[in-house]
Amino acid sequence: MDLYRLTIHELHELLMKKEVTSREITEALFRRIKEVDRKTQAYLLLTEEEAFQQAERIDEKIRHGEEIGDLAGIPIALKDILCTKGIRTTCASKILANYVPFYDATVVQKLKGEGAVFLGKLNMDEFAMGSSTENSGFQITRNPWNLARIPGGSSGGSAAAVAADECIAALGTDTGGSIRQPASCCGVVGMKPTYGRVSRYGLVAFASSLDQIGPITKDVTDCAIMMNAISGYDPFDSTSVPREVPDYKQFLIPEAKGIRIGIPKEYFIEGMDPEVEKAVREAIELYRSLGAEIGELSLPHTEYAVAVYYIICTAEASSNLARYDGVKYGLRCKEYEDLLEMYMLTRARGFGQEVKRRILLGTYVLSAGYYDAYYRKASQVRTLIRSDFEEAFRKVDVILSPTAPTPAFRIGEKVNDPLQMYLSDIHTIPVNLAGIPAISIPCGFSREGLPIGLQLMGRHFDEGMLLRVAYAFEKNTEFHLKKPNLA
Amino acid sequence: MRMDIEKIAKLARIKLTEEEKVIFGNQLEQVLTYMEQLNRLDTQGIEPTSHAIPIFNVFREDQVRPSMPREEVLGLAPSQEDGHFKVPRIIE
Repeated sequence: MDLYRLTIHELHELLMKKEVTSREITEALFRRIKEVDRKTQAYLLLTEEEAFQQAERIDEKIRHGEEIGDLAGIPIALKDILCTKGIRTTCASKILANYVPFYDATVVQKLKGEGAVFLGKLNMDEFAMGSSTENSGFQITRNPWNLARIPGGSSGGSAAAVAADECIAALGTDTGGSIRQPASCCGVVGMKPTYGRVSRYGLVAFASSLDQIGPITKDVTDCAIMMNAISGYDPFDSTSVPREVPDYKQFLIPEAKGIRIGIPKEYFIEGMDPEVEKAVREAIELYRSLGAEIGELSLPHTEYAVAVYYIICTAEASSNLARYDGVKYGLRCKEYEDLLEMYMLTRARGFGQEVKRRILLGTYVLSAGYYDAYYRKASQVRTLIRSDFEEAFRKVDVILSPTAPTPAFRIGEKVNDPLQMYLSDIHTIPVNLAGIPAISIPCGFSREGLPIGLQLMGRHFDEGMLLRVAYAFEKNTEFHLKKPNLA
Repeated sequence: MRMDIEKIAKLARIKLTEEEKVIFGNQLEQVLTYMEQLNRLDTQGIEPTSHAIPIFNVFREDQVRPSMPREEVLGLAPSQEDGHFKVPRIIE
């Protein structure tokens, strides 16, 4: 049996029945990584020693008949934007190439507490800025379904590693689609929780009003298990919300009867790939056959979302990334005459092209004389986008759309055209602006064999509904069982 | 060109090469043109959203707690001396 191919819940059962040890599972995963990671390039760093120590602690517990949780002994990997105590955390940026945090992100601590085994840190677009993982300062990650294609981004390493069975599950982060779009590109499940559901403490900030941590998994059940582990209020993040966390597994009901699903007409746009449209239309028909009530609706301000997003996220980024100045941590350039030159050269050498582009844009939209025309205007339109969703959720329980307008594009295809790259997030960005939760699940394949993703969006804190509707789809389809061939 | 790229780069504390000034200048011009579509919307009187969910001040008792370990914090600095971060002289 290939242990690395299994899900969290399947491995948990084997551990409980003592048919396998966490050490054996962990060994299987590192073997798998050594076999295929030279093709996918998903990992930036492996933490074998710590992984085996943790695996043995869990095996010890099981031997002593202690009760273990769903994640105990399960190998998981982390996007390299999450701080890990004593383990290098780079954000895939040269400016943080040697940064070793002295504390764990809250989600890392929570997963550790659950007994998860960390395999290593995963590649990403530098500071989570990008849609293809091509903006990594270190390496290009490839899509396991087709190595000439992007894995999506910015959590491209996370999605590729899960799809290639190089970890059982992973954490990503989503500021404008960075969990859902790579999940869609790689044929796996990815959830962006409601803003405030998961603590951002120890998540290196990109755009603080939009960033959220979430799971990337092989199926919906695993997504619920991961959500159980990472959700909840944290005194170290004042924007996390003190609200009870339900047991998300209780929503895994394979029925969609009577659930009202809205189809936003603005999401079926010109230029959308016909194969994506076909797969999503078929998904709608499946829901109809399961007894869901399907209705068209309008989210009239959708077309403005990309413009709003790239004003707000760059403004917040320009402010957040001001901290990389060569003083407290990270890179400092070697030759400089004075403090200003030290700043300017350190940042010139440490940041990659997309990060520079976004800092410049953010600085411009916040600068004297332009603030009202750009930042204030965008924040007002953000209100309109949020209201569109509030209005829609009076009539429906879930909104359904494609996750991305096309399957994974070719490596290099959009790298010199930032605007085209930005437009690939057109279906995922409004969710972050409104702060609502959304999930991407596999719903088909193109003729070329590339995965296609279905996005389900829900009300604030209604992740349970999304899991239920996603689970109903999964139980009636087999897309999530298909695996890429990496031999 | 809307953007004075040199001025913005200085505000952003990033030294750009001549080539970068041209490339970024053109690319950002294109992006700003795209953003002009927002002007089609009348937003007079609409409250701006800075957070998608209501955010409240969080208060706690003012109790003494251990802070971040000083040695470890300073250990991350490119340059430090006598318990301080060290930077080039800024006062003559």
